[in-house]
Amino acid sequence: MIWNEAKECMARADIEALQSARLKKLVDRVYHNVEYYRKKMQAVGLEPMDIQGIQDIEKLPFTTNEDLNQAYPLGLLAVPRSEIIRIHATSGTTGKPKIGAYTRRDVDIWAEGVARCMTMAGVTREDTVLVSYGYGLFTGGLGAHYGAEKIGAMVIPVSTGNTQKLITMLIDFQATVIACTPSYLLHIAETLEKENKVDQINLKCCICGAEPWTDEMRSQIEQRLHIKAYDIYGLTEMMGPGVANDCEAHAGLHIWEDHFLPEIVDPATGAHVAPGETGELVITTLTKEGLPLIRYRTRDLTSLAYDTCSCGRTMARIQRFKGRTDDMLIIKGVNVFPTQVEAALLTIDGTTPHYLMVVDRVDNQDTLEVQIEVEERFFSDEIRGLETLAGKVRAVLKTAIGLNARVKLVEPDTLEHSQGKTKHVIDKRKLYA
Amino acid sequence: MYVKQLSVFLENREGRLEEALKILKDNEINIISLSLADTSDFGLLRLIVSDPDKAKQVLKEGHFSSQVGDIIAIRISHAVGSLSQVLGSVTEADINIEYMYTLSVGIEGASLALKTSDLEKTIEVIREQSVHIYTQAELG
Repeated sequence: MIWNEAKECMARADIEALQSARLKKLVDRVYHNVEYYRKKMQAVGLEPMDIQGIQDIEKLPFTTNEDLNQAYPLGLLAVPRSEIIRIHATSGTTGKPKIGAYTRRDVDIWAEGVARCMTMAGVTREDTVLVSYGYGLFTGGLGAHYGAEKIGAMVIPVSTGNTQKLITMLIDFQATVIACTPSYLLHIAETLEKENKVDQINLKCCICGAEPWTDEMRSQIEQRLHIKAYDIYGLTEMMGPGVANDCEAHAGLHIWEDHFLPEIVDPATGAHVAPGETGELVITTLTKEGLPLIRYRTRDLTSLAYDTCSCGRTMARIQRFKGRTDDMLIIKGVNVFPTQVEAALLTIDGTTPHYLMVVDRVDNQDTLEVQIEVEERFFSDEIRGLETLAGKVRAVLKTAIGLNARVKLVEPDTLEHSQGKTKHVIDKRKLYA
Repeated sequence: MYVKQLSVFLENREGRLEEALKILKDNEINIISLSLADTSDFGLLRLIVSDPDKAKQVLKEGHFSSQVGDIIAIRISHAVGSLSQVLGSVTEADINIEYMYTLSVGIEGASLALKTSDLEKTIEVIREQSVHIYTQAELG
């Protein structure tokens, strides 16, 4: 099923013509309305008329994380503030949260994007969609909600945090679709199995995203719950979930090219890679009014496939993610940078202890263990003193990254120290294998 | 009147206790008494040794975190209620006992190591009891 066949199955030449027209307008708009972008363009001697179409895209400067930090919160706003009807934000892992600021039209286009994705997974107005992404600043909950409502499905906004309640709603309302993170869905599957309730549910598919997941997780979800699993992709700074989704061919995530212009660049040089090669995904928002982004570096490593998919869609497909260009980790759907952990540990007594983050997936749930060397300054000859230290570490980590970490005290000099770059992270999950 | 105690942080890993003890042996440090407290993740080895400062140094070179601190070491008579009486007087004085363990020294009576929230006050209190308070020299 296709939500918007006119757009999703456009001929390549038509997509490119539409993208070119929209890019031209976008560049003109940000040049005149956003001082930050104008200065960046002027710094490289660029005028709006220099961009006549997507063939000129490489002339435009990139927008990076640092730009977003500098322009925080609304420095990149391209419309009067009164036009904005909603704000979303990430947890603010790199210092400043990343912001989504939406005009009414932005919210509509977001819902359209999610509606296309959900339709791809077979969702219709006959379906009952249980949304178990967090509702609030996080884009997951409301993003999935508006998309499912646009289709006309019956939406149950369960949000997160209460698995028993969720299972009750799942069974009582015979929900046919669930939208949540894949690791949480596996947790739900386990709970259903333990309680012998798998037979009582009526799910046909799930729309999972907000964290990287493996093929093995997909097949586990499909087999244990007897459903079809679909992968939804998005970023708060783009709008949220609904930027791309995989179809029944599972041959990559179709990205809505009429709204988002994807490029793949060499992370080191910034130049386009050869077609089909792997590089960093860069996205330009072609239609966003509130906070348009020009050539935003997502730091996700992948490649693009442009051939027409067996599902009939012509929209390019983002291939399997191969990793990140930075050291960001996604743990339980939360973006975590080792530097944040380091900064948090620094607050304990002014110097950073030697530490190691061990990320794993146990029973399909992400776990974070932080090992801290017990140096002399932390030493206590009382068990209570050492446990207080561990508790303090847990508390500062919870505040800084919003996750409950297991804190393990280890002997000095047991963690790898080197003159150069000390290894601070071991990720055992093999997400990008 | 205090006795120096050496505490060593040990991870709950195979061979760590042995490794720490080997370092002491190789440096000819005599262990007078030993106690091990443990949790699921780590252990604390508490020792009275012949040369605590040297022990701390050599353990540090062997990548162990340790600390030298004061405790009170006492000997009480082998009589019913003698321990209870001593501890009762400490508690009555509003002093908290942080930890306590038996010392493997002496032949007559029972010897104990005591760490409290206020060592000075503890000494004052137990002086009034029929308790022997060890000096470092007596144990060394």
